[in-house]
Amino acid sequence: MKLKKIFIYLAIACCNGTGDVLLKRGMENLGEIHLNHWTHIFNAFLDPWVVFGIICLAGFFYSYLTALSWADLTYVLPATAFGYVVTAFLSRFFLHEAVSPWRWAGVLLITCGVGLVARGPSLTERRKDREEDAPLPAVKEQHELA
Amino acid sequence: MSSLKLWIAIGMLVLASSSGDVMLSAAMKRIGDLDLIRMEKGLLGVISHVVREKLFLLGLCCLIFSFFCLLTALSWGDASLVAPASASLTYICSAILAKFLLHENVDRRRWLSAALVCVGVLLLVK
Repeated sequence: MKLKKIFIYLAIACCNGTGDVLLKRGMENLGEIHLNHWTHIFNAFLDPWVVFGIICLAGFFYSYLTALSWADLTYVLPATAFGYVVTAFLSRFFLHEAVSPWRWAGVLLITCGVGLVARGPSLTERRKDREEDAPLPAVKEQHELA
Repeated sequence: MSSLKLWIAIGMLVLASSSGDVMLSAAMKRIGDLDLIRMEKGLLGVISHVVREKLFLLGLCCLIFSFFCLLTALSWGDASLVAPASASLTYICSAILAKFLLHENVDRRRWLSAALVCVGVLLLVK
């Protein structure tokens, strides 16, 4: 597995998971939002945790688009699920929330799924690419005749 | 009746978010390797390349629509049902769309991975 692939997988998972946890931490400071005072939600943008969370999520979207530019969707999507694993660890050790055994089982299954797809090829080999590498026999013959 | 309404919202959410992902994927393949573009033209060059791609904007609209469907579904049903159900169904639906629309080689390894992730996400709410 190339270093580039590992790096982009980690960037997607870490930015996604960390962004969510930072938002949650910031919204705890803000308290509950009531529909009568909905403009209160704009105060969230003044909270440093929320601002860092948004920066992380922007980083996630950039790395997601970069990954999609050279890898298949079915290769990249499990990496976004790996963000849940990061969220579970951060919830347990940073927010000190209780994580049930079922959730750890879910984390284990997601990790297996991501590991499985990450070891395979990242991009579907297209027919056109193969033709460029090795010309078809029929084309070769035409060249020889000419 | 109310549960039918909820599942229709979840279905629309799943469809919108999977088609959004498929469109983003197709758009990014058209644009080419973002790392190379960034090395040549910098971050602003990347942004101008991406926002000029119509398919990207369409995909983004789908994702925004799916976000509003999520908010609607959350107002009709429990978050512990809506969030994992929609997330896990999106993985399966995206794999199906990627196979038939993007003609990706979704082999046994990728189906198994999508299924593991799907069950894993469902377990997260337990």
